[in-house]
Amino acid sequence: MGSLNLLRVVTIPLLLGSLLGSTAFAQSPTYGVGRTPTAEEIRRMDISIGPTGEELPPGRGSAKEGAQVYAQKGCVGCHGAAGIGGLAPILQSKQGADVPVWKKERILPLRAPHATIVWDFINRGMPLGLEGTLTPNEVYSLTAYLLFINKVIPEDQVLDKQSLPKVKMPIGDEYGKPHQFKLNAPRLEGYPY
Amino acid sequence: MDSKRNSRRELLKAGAALAGGITLGTGGKAQAQHDHPMTPGSENASPMIHGSKEQIEYGQRSKYVTSVRVQHPIGGRPSPDVFGKVFHVATPLQDSVGVITPSSLHYIATTRGSFLPDIDPKQHTLTIHGLVDRPLTLTMDELKRFPSVTRLHFIECAGNRHNGKQKTVQDTHGMTSCSEWTGVLLSTLLKECGLKGSAKWFVAEGAEEVKGASSIPIEKAMDDCIIAYGQNGEPLRPQQGFPVRIMVPGFEGIYHTKFLRRIKLVDRFYMNYNEFGHLRPEDKELALGEQIGPKSVITYPSGTQRLPGPGFYEISGLAWSGGGAVKTVEVSTDGGKKWNRAEFKNTPQRMAHVRFAYPWKWDGTETAILSRCTDEIGQRQAMREEIANWWKVPFERDYRVPGLDNSVMPWKIARDGSVTNGLA
Ligand code: HEC
Repeated sequence: MGSLNLLRVVTIPLLLGSLLGSTAFAQSPTYGVGRTPTAEEIRRMDISIGPTGEELPPGRGSAKEGAQVYAQKGCVGCHGAAGIGGLAPILQSKQGADVPVWKKERILPLRAPHATIVWDFINRGMPLGLEGTLTPNEVYSLTAYLLFINKVIPEDQVLDKQSLPKVKMPIGDEYGKPHQFKLNAPRLEGYPY
Repeated sequence: MDSKRNSRRELLKAGAALAGGITLGTGGKAQAQHDHPMTPGSENASPMIHGSKEQIEYGQRSKYVTSVRVQHPIGGRPSPDVFGKVFHVATPLQDSVGVITPSSLHYIATTRGSFLPDIDPKQHTLTIHGLVDRPLTLTMDELKRFPSVTRLHFIECAGNRHNGKQKTVQDTHGMTSCSEWTGVLLSTLLKECGLKGSAKWFVAEGAEEVKGASSIPIEKAMDDCIIAYGQNGEPLRPQQGFPVRIMVPGFEGIYHTKFLRRIKLVDRFYMNYNEFGHLRPEDKELALGEQIGPKSVITYPSGTQRLPGPGFYEISGLAWSGGGAVKTVEVSTDGGKKWNRAEFKNTPQRMAHVRFAYPWKWDGTETAILSRCTDEIGQRQAMREEIANWWKVPFERDYRVPGLDNSVMPWKIARDGSVTNGLA
């Protein structure tokens, strides 16, 4: 009895120690190369906006303001007045309201399943040649304007961090969703080619 | 013996001529002017190029080798366009030998046209953040301190579709290329950062003007993605993402984000502008647009080439699959009635081009030559008709294969030896 107790007293801490040791090892970096970016650095570089918009910055804007920004920031020069007639891709559909979205042109503020993608793209990629110069308010306004001219939202709707992800896009749920990717598996289950 | 004495005399004569003040650089011309017959066979058949600083520092190909990339698709958006953006440019597969695409001839594609960032590698960093225990920022020098891998992988663009209007194999299949890539496995870096269990996808983002980004499943990240800084024995070429890109072996080209600056681990699918571009009405078609299917094409003889006459030819081509290594390639020389096993010229590797060949005696009659392959996970390359049948849709001449087009490519051979597109 006595010796068994002794055994327990000795082995348990040993076991615990080695367990803790091994998990601590698994969690610590193996190579220790590189540096940890600060939270502020990450915030500045993180321009990916997910479907729920949690990364969106504060700010707001409506189509009315957006129409002005569209003229001031040179969008009009490349994309044409109200998104038609420029050398760059058209930004307003020429099709009637009754045409289903898949039969309409491939236009981001019309076909995108989430309005956040419109915001994200304008913010990261436009205006061409002066990317990264728009303020959050300007991006909200431009997004509202492009959604308005495609009849997705009314002219006076204000977009911000809360309302932008909630915009109902015309495509609704009618688009293919990414499938569960499996390693070393055919592209599509049951498809032999 | 005679010739020995002769050449000795020549040498002495040349020495005397040099001493007499004849300048270097006239090469074969001076020799041709000798007043007596030269040793048969010792004359130079070609002019001699003298060494220069440029030749010594960075070798150029022969001026007689003129194979170049071309805009893709023919008649499509020009590269560069009015804004100076480059869209799609195809590699000259008709001139290719072996499996490596020369870096200067690697195909180029961007989502919707892009400029080329002129990145100073000393200023460039890669940051990994999001659902990890320890976010990490690496300089390019730091990245190179991690254990590396070197692997052969193809990259193919989703726009690599063949139709009856195209002429050459460059037009039909030139949006695929294969290189030897060197870099660090993404899994090595993610373990270093302490990947959280909640991470299901990651977003890879580039540093070009539109900061092109793609969402990729985490299973792929932990399997074989490479953060690559080397291509064919040297740093990546700018058009291939200098100083660093991600390789997502077997996935369509766009996922292989160039000028990689950021990787964000996320818990759900983020639809970036790139994925928006791939939007399709059907889940099934979307699935067939992610991983490249088993595919092969004959590069010799191919469209616009000409067989000089009946006789022996080695039919040669490339095969690849996003599902793994190529297992078999078959070639038909009678329009698809009989299929013959082709031989491999190199050992097939996962998600890499393999060079295949089939020895053939052309009897001078009209025919069509085709190739098809299977990969190690049992997928096989099919004729367009078979694919239409599987989808239960009527087969028409301009049938569009759903997802990436990996259907069989026929080349027609006319009695005069001219080779043309078999889909025309
Ligand atoms: C110098 C010309 C130029 C200017 C200025 C410009 N754009 Fe663009 N824009 C383009 C081009 C070219 C594209 C096509 C995408 C590409 O090539 O990267 C594009 C694409 C877009 C798209 C995506 C279109 C789609 O449906 O896929 C949107 C949205 C857009 N621009 C909005 C804007 C806004 C808003 C502004 C003003 C802040 C602006 N652009 C200014 C040239 C320009």
